[in-house]
Amino acid sequence: MIATWTCPLADSAVSEELLVTIGDGSNASLLIIPPLFAEHNLMRRQLLLIMRALESFDIATHLPDLPGWNESTQPLHEQSLACWRSMMEEVARQVEASHVLAVRSGALLVPDKCEGWLYAPQSGVKLIRGMVRAQGISNREAGVDLSSEEMMENGRNQGITLAGWEIGAQLFRDLEGAEVNATLDISEITQEDAGSPGLWLRAEPDENTQQAIQIAEIIAQAIPDNGVGET
Amino acid sequence: MSIERAHNEEFDAIDANTDVADIDGELKSIIADVLGLDTDTAAEFTQETGLFGHLPELDSMAVAGLLTEMEDRLGFIIEDDDVDGEMLETYGGLLEFAQSKLAEG
Repeated sequence: MIATWTCPLADSAVSEELLVTIGDGSNASLLIIPPLFAEHNLMRRQLLLIMRALESFDIATHLPDLPGWNESTQPLHEQSLACWRSMMEEVARQVEASHVLAVRSGALLVPDKCEGWLYAPQSGVKLIRGMVRAQGISNREAGVDLSSEEMMENGRNQGITLAGWEIGAQLFRDLEGAEVNATLDISEITQEDAGSPGLWLRAEPDENTQQAIQIAEIIAQAIPDNGVGET
Repeated sequence: MSIERAHNEEFDAIDANTDVADIDGELKSIIADVLGLDTDTAAEFTQETGLFGHLPELDSMAVAGLLTEMEDRLGFIIEDDDVDGEMLETYGGLLEFAQSKLAEG
């Protein structure tokens, strides 16, 4: 089901953001936190496959947009990590999430005291480094001479567009220092667990049904009374 | 629990003593993962096989992903100055670069 959720903004304003829900399962309500930026686009098809696979285990899943993401009409360059974190807490409350599955840099947005899984989590500094590198290669092709360190300085001071993503100075500084919350009591799904290479590596969006089922099974097996073996 | 992980940890980083054939195999595996090729297709890459500028899907973002994956799986750091057109133009150029980085230790 494709619907919207009401996202609180500053000054009591709200924004209606996309929310994809699959299943009405009674075993769990799982909030999917996708990767940020390009990896979100690369992984979206695969995330939907994982959601459909979880439906067969009677687990409902919810994939929200936040302001600046995907179909959102809110400007990306005005966002900050702190705002995104509090919005993710709010959408978790609205969908009554019992668990989360955070993928790659989505791990930076996991609400405190959540149960669930991090799939191949990525730190903010690694995320930024990859985007700066991509922009550097693109710059060279265009004959623009700007070092990585110069781009980092620009990002910190005035914001910067990296690989097409307009990142404000606040968000840039937030991401540069962002680590996955080490106090979370949450499990990790490694690429080895998933059984095949990560699809965020691909140059184009792709899907892998077997990998989606494998990840869904890891999750389903950890949720009590999930009906594994009966489906 | 270690939270921060490299993209893929099923591959141990290889060192300067690793056989050239192992570096070749691992590099082809990385390219296959990034481009979504099957291993047989990647295995057919030769020294002259064209990469950046020859494969339309290998855009700047994909090249950045490729270089990051090489760092994680081959165990070296790639600096700005290392990245030039020659290294990325052919498979042979990329392999030679990986071998020289590993030889640096």
